[in-house]
This record gives sequence, structure tokens and C-alpha cells, in this order.
Amino acid sequence: MELSLLQHYWWFLISLLAALLVALMFVQGGQTLLVQIAKDDLEKKMILNSIGKKWELTFTTLVVFGGAFFASFPLFYSTSFGGAYWLWMIILFSFIVQAVGYEYMNKEDNFLGKKVYEIFLYINGSVGVFFIGVAVGSMFTGAPFVVGKINITDLTNPTISYWGDNLHGLGELSKVPNLCLGAALVFLSRIGGAMYLLNNVDNNNLNEKCRKAALMNFIPFLVFFLTFVFCIFLREGFAVDTSTEMVYMKKYKYLSNMYEVWPLGLMFLAGVLLVLFSGFKMLKGESMRRLFWFEAFGVLLVVLSLFLCLGYNNTAYYPSTADIQSSLTIKNSSSSKYTLEAMSYVSILLALVIFYTVVTWRKMDKRRIKENDYEH
Amino acid sequence: MGEITTSLVDWSRGQFALTAMYHWLFVPLTLGLSMIMAICETIYYRTKNDLWLRITKFWITLFGVNFAIGVATGIILEFQFGTNWSNYSWFVGDIFGPPLAIEGILAFFLEAVFSAVMFFGWNRVSKGFHLLSTWMTGIGATLSALWILIANAWMQYPTGVTFNPQTVRNEMTDFFGVAASPVAINKFFHTVLSSWTLGAAFVICVCCWFLIKNKNIQLALKSIMVASIFGFFAMLLTLFTGDSTAKLVARVQPMKLAAMEGLYKGDTNQSIVAFGVLNSSKKYDNDEETFHFAIKLPDVLSWLAYGKADAFVAGIDDIIKGGYEAEDVNGNKYMMPSIDERIESGKTAIDALVGYRTAMAEGDNLLADKHKEVLLDNYHNYGYGYVTDVSQIIPPVSYTFYAFHLMVIFGFFFFILFIVIYFVLGRKKYQKPGGFNPKNKKWLMYIGMFSLPFAYIMSQCGWITSEMGRQPWTIQDILPTFISTSKLAVGTVQTTFFMFLILFTVLLVADIMIIARQIRKENVDETDNNEEAY
Repeated sequence: MELSLLQHYWWFLISLLAALLVALMFVQGGQTLLVQIAKDDLEKKMILNSIGKKWELTFTTLVVFGGAFFASFPLFYSTSFGGAYWLWMIILFSFIVQAVGYEYMNKEDNFLGKKVYEIFLYINGSVGVFFIGVAVGSMFTGAPFVVGKINITDLTNPTISYWGDNLHGLGELSKVPNLCLGAALVFLSRIGGAMYLLNNVDNNNLNEKCRKAALMNFIPFLVFFLTFVFCIFLREGFAVDTSTEMVYMKKYKYLSNMYEVWPLGLMFLAGVLLVLFSGFKMLKGESMRRLFWFEAFGVLLVVLSLFLCLGYNNTAYYPSTADIQSSLTIKNSSSSKYTLEAMSYVSILLALVIFYTVVTWRKMDKRRIKENDYEH
Repeated sequence: MGEITTSLVDWSRGQFALTAMYHWLFVPLTLGLSMIMAICETIYYRTKNDLWLRITKFWITLFGVNFAIGVATGIILEFQFGTNWSNYSWFVGDIFGPPLAIEGILAFFLEAVFSAVMFFGWNRVSKGFHLLSTWMTGIGATLSALWILIANAWMQYPTGVTFNPQTVRNEMTDFFGVAASPVAINKFFHTVLSSWTLGAAFVICVCCWFLIKNKNIQLALKSIMVASIFGFFAMLLTLFTGDSTAKLVARVQPMKLAAMEGLYKGDTNQSIVAFGVLNSSKKYDNDEETFHFAIKLPDVLSWLAYGKADAFVAGIDDIIKGGYEAEDVNGNKYMMPSIDERIESGKTAIDALVGYRTAMAEGDNLLADKHKEVLLDNYHNYGYGYVTDVSQIIPPVSYTFYAFHLMVIFGFFFFILFIVIYFVLGRKKYQKPGGFNPKNKKWLMYIGMFSLPFAYIMSQCGWITSEMGRQPWTIQDILPTFISTSKLAVGTVQTTFFMFLILFTVLLVADIMIIARQIRKENVDETDNNEEAY
């Protein structure tokens, strides 16, 4: 296989994992809804046990996303993680506390008390998701890093990639598109959480509250998401000259990617329409249970198309604002041909993973959660 | 921003050690307990005896508490390679990244999907599917260990790669060479089997407490039977793999072996130190005695390392001076160069890399090719080019020595304990009505109960030996720790170090309190047909 083909294939897999991660963030959304819509312990238990069966899947998708990025584009791993230190640390801390939140919250002698574990879940669902949005946003807006591979021969200053500021990622909070994407993800995850609970919990009172929560979060989501989309589609993007491999600024780069590679544009539009459709149907109160799947599939298509738009069509997927020629592209930051090829054979097993995930999901969710499951 | 300082390197190492050691408090129990509960559920599936169901559910509950914190402490390790070791991530990401990705695809998803069925699926799936899910959870955990240990083993024995001066990184050339190297296979079995013994020690500790308190007697006796047999075989195989590990270390990391034994001047018919107290004033460049006190077994180290009593085992001084006949993993003999020679060779490799890049930038391909040839000829010593003083290549001898010896002592202790526990408490005849009289065996119950900390010490000591003993290398001979770090302010890493310390300590306390509570409240006579719930 050609190296270029492998690089495109692996960028597709990275994009797919990112899309699956965002679609599965309904778990985080459900966590933030826990304190808002559950009024007693029974309702809390139903919500916890509904999303609690899925938290590890989201968590694992994040870990695999990281691992796959490391394996396929290690220069991104070393540049972004080593530079945007605080950004990633905050995200990681929020996921550390999530993992114990579920298991420890209702256990006796849990040391910190139930409320603290609830706060842990809330932090993960809000702060963690927001900062993931900011980190992804920086892939469109750029970050202040410099890559100098020969630095490794300098004993006193051997770092290959480093950031030009001392904020270590917190500077990304000063960019409007990043903030908008972070906020949009928080509200989107809450919409997903509400729709998942509607799908999975059989309780009229809770279902009505979920429906209202989904609608309430839809408006701010649209505002932030559309602001983000307009910001990135109408601004200059980081393009790569195919003959010289030089990175340069190009007007409407991300928008032009959507129509130059038209399947991406179609995918993006289809995804947006599916999300809007689920919101519209929710407003009308029709066939509410299955709307979760429309929403989740719509989110998957939108995120997949945005990520593909970042890396395909000669675009720098992680631009540098400190030294534009240090920008990362799928060509200059990927693993070797041999490694990408070997990993491509392994990636076939993802089909098996999806198969057994679907089988167990269906088996476990065949029967909806009811009040009397937890009344004893 | 300033240069990479010793302080930054030390704090980065400290943070990685802290998070890894906390993580390793939970992982071996996950690995061991997952097998024991799967065995118990298999017995339930075959016998249809509800007591085995209750036993399985009890261990699954404790597994769940431990599993959650294992997951929590694990995520930071993967991402820390990027956040704190960014140079490392690029320099060897082409080889190190794939095992992490495969671990996620093959193992983490298996664990995540099937553990949900195991915890919540008692009333939702068939008994057979539930049993499958429990086994899949355990297999997922074991596969996860396999791939991360392959990655770790490659750092100790970098094989199946070549250096590409154009991209300034190591690139994989032989996937199976990396995944199935003798060091990787050995490390996997040694680590996982020793973790199984920790799981067995945990079960025995809890059950001995039940017996002392005279409650849940049948649960305790049945679990002890499973754990002592399981623990015995696991420990036996751990000892075998420990022996082969030592043989590999002798060939791949002779400096580590020397540190493990506190050996400065090597010899033929080299004795092993069964027990000893190191003289802290002893350094490679003075003539002080190495030990204040030592009990030595003649010829044994030569025999263990090379399979013959008269084989030469190199000490720290010998490795520094070189000039002795060494052997690689394939049994090939070669003359060991001195460290000074290796430093020169490493500097030549670094200069050649600079020369190559300059020549390429100037379009002089002929000169670039010459530099590349010199670079690759000397690349096996590349990391030594960064060494400015011989003392930098000597690992902390006392940590390595004591950790290694404690690990071995406790290993033999558990080997004997599992045998005694089985014959005194674990036999099937005790499980019949009236077959067990706890009065005369309390001494063993107390030993069984208080032995658990030794299992944790043994497990941690294994990693201390492995990781401290290979300093200063992140990649053996190729990349030193002090060239691997991210360029961060020391204060930034100090802050996150203490954040992790506080958070993980708090979570550890919560974990212990919850587990203790679950054990105290367990009453096997209470019927429990409910599924797990948060």
C-alpha cells in the first residue's frame, strides 16, 4: 500500500474514533443531568444505572483515540500533549474522577460522601467535555508550537517540539471558536444524555423531564455550534502547497474542503439535518425513544466530516501559530509506512469490536430500566 | 523558557513513578481476581450450586471497586508519555504507539463491553453468556497487560527497529520482532503470573479473616481451595519465569544484573547474595567494601545467569572498563567495549546525525550518505553520546538491590504459604458438614491474613527492580531519561505531581474503606438475586 493511502486511512480511523467518542458523550451529558433532573434517590439510581452501563465504553473510546493517535501520528502526540499540558491534564483529571464516581457513589464507607462523587461526575460531564472541545478547537485555530527535529542533538536543549508560551494550553481559552466548540459539546452531550435516558428508562415522570432538558439544551447548542462553524468556515485556513510542502494561509480553506471533497460536505449536511430532525421531532413529542439514534448518528457524521475536513485535501490538521512551517499535516507527522501497514491489519479487528459491542448493547438494553428494578 | 534541567527530569520521573506505582496497586489484583472469580463462576455453571454463585458475586463486587480505581489511575499513564515525555513520544512513537493502540482495540474494549454485562447482566443475559462475559473481562485485562508489557519490554531490549535520520526517529522494521521478543514474552508471563499470586493472596487474606471471625465459613473454605491451588501454580511458574528473566537480564542489561546483586567486581564462579546489607559509601571509583554483612551462596549467580558454575558474571567496574567476553540473547559472544569507548561512539553517532541533516539541507546527498553510514554503524551506542560522566550510567544500586531481594524472598514465602494453606485449610474434606474445626488453625489464619501486604511489596519491588535497574535509560543504550522529557516549567510538573499524590491517596483510602466495608457486611446466608447496581 502507498504511504499516502495509509496516512489517509489512519486519519479516517482517528476521525471515526473522535466521532464515536463525541457520540458516546451522552454519558457525560447524563452525568450533568443527574443533579438537575433527578429529584429523589430512585430517579438518581435509574439514571446512574442507565448511563453507568455505558461509561466505560466512552472512557475506553477516549483511551483508544489517544492510543491510535500515538500509533499513527506520534508527532501530534508529542507536540499537543507535551505542549498543551494543562489543557490535557484538566481533561485527564476529569476522567480520573469519573471512573471512581460511578462505582463509589452509593457504596457504604466511601470516605468522601455521595455528594462529592456526584460532583466528580458533574465535573467530568461539564469541565472535561468543555476542555475536549477547546482542545479540538485548537486544531482549527492553531497553537503556538515549534518543531525542530535536530534539537535532539543539543544536550542542553534537546526538545524536538515545544510551545512558545508558558501557558501550556490555557492560552487556547482566549480564542472564540475554541470556547464555542467547548460550550457546544457540553450542550450537545446533555441533549444526547437526555435522549439516551428517554430511550433506556421506562418512567413517565423522568421521561418528561428528559424531553424538556433535551429541548432546553438544544437552543444554546445551536447558538454555539453555528458560531463555531461560521468562525471556522469564514476564516483563513492552513493549507499545504503540494509541490513545495509549504504551509500557507488560504481563505475559506475549511469551507472549500467541504465542497472540493463533496462527500465531506454531504456528510456534514446530513449529520446537521439528522441532529436538527431529532430536535424538531422532540419538540413535537413524536416517536421519542428512537430519536436518540438519529441524534447519535447525526453527531457521528458531523464530527467525522469536520475531522476529515481538518486532515484531508492538503490541510494542516494541527497548525502552528508560532512557526507556520512547523504545522502538522497527515504527511509530516505520521508513523512510518511499515508501522501504518502493520497497524492497518490490526485495525480490521475494529469490525469485531463493533460487532460484539452491538450484540451486548442489544442484549443489555433489550429491557428498559424501570422503577421497580431499584425499589428494593 | 529555560533549558531541560535535572530538576525537571527528576520531577517528571517522580510523577511517572508515582502514577505507575499507584496504578500497580490495583492492576495485579484486577488480573488475579478476574481469574479467580471466573473459575468460581465456571464451578457454579457446572455444579448449579448456589453457594458458588454467591461466592462469585462476592468476588465480583470487590473486583468492581478495585477495577474502577485501576481504570482511573491507568488513563494518566498512557497520556503521560505525551504530556511529560514528548521527545520520547516522537523518537520511538513509531514502535511504542502501536502496542498502546492494539491494547485499546484488543483489550480495553473487551473489558469495557463485557464487564458491563458481568456487573449488570445477571438478570438480563443467559448464564452461559454471563460466564462468557466474566471470562472475557479477565482475558481483556490479561491482553491489556500483554501489550503494555510488550511496549515496556521493547524499552529494555530495543529490537526490530532501524533509525531514520531523515525523520530523526526509530522506525519499526519487524512487528513480530517487537511483539514476540524473548524479553517481551518473558516479561508478560512473569508479570501476569506474579499478579495472579497477588490475587490469590488477597482472597486468602479475606477468607482467613472470615474464618477468624467464624462467619461465611463455606464461602471462605471454598475460596481458599480455589485460591491456594491457583496461587501455588501461579507462583511456581513465576519462579520459573523469574529464572529466565535473570538469564535475559544478564545478556541484555548486564548493568541491571550487577545492581540487583550489588556486584562491583565480577568473577567466574560468582556467588549470589542471599541476604546482605549494603555499604552506602561504596561507589564504583573507591575501594570500600560493598557489604557490611552478606550471606553468599557460591557459584549460584554464574549458574543462574549463564547455566554454568564457572561462567563469568560482570560487575559494575567490569562493565565500565569493558574488555571481557560477553554473550547476547542469541548466544553470540562479543568483546564488551568500555563505557568510554561507547561514549565516544555515541558522540560520533550524534555528530553524524548533525552532519547528515546539514548535508541534506545543502543538497549534498553523497556526503549525507557517508554521514548516515557512520551514524548507523555507531547507533547502538547513540544514547552514550549524551553521557558526560561515567557515573550517569550506573543505576541506583541500593534501590535495585533491596527491591530485587525483597521480591525474591516474598516469592519463596508465598510459594510455601500456598502449599501450607491448601493442606491445612483448603482441602475438600473440610467443606463437608462438620469437616472443619477452626480452633487449632488460628495461627495459620493470622499468617494468611497478615501476608497480603507482603504480596503488594513483592509486586511493587518487581517493578522497582525492573525500572530503577535500567536507569538512566528510557530506551536501553539509545535514549537516556534526561533527553526524553517535555520542555515544561519545573513548577508545572511539581504542581501536577502533588495533585496526583493527593487525588490518588484520597481515592486509595476510599478504595480500602469501601472494600473493607463490603467484606465486613458480606453474609453468605442472605439470598441475593438482584443484579449489581450503582
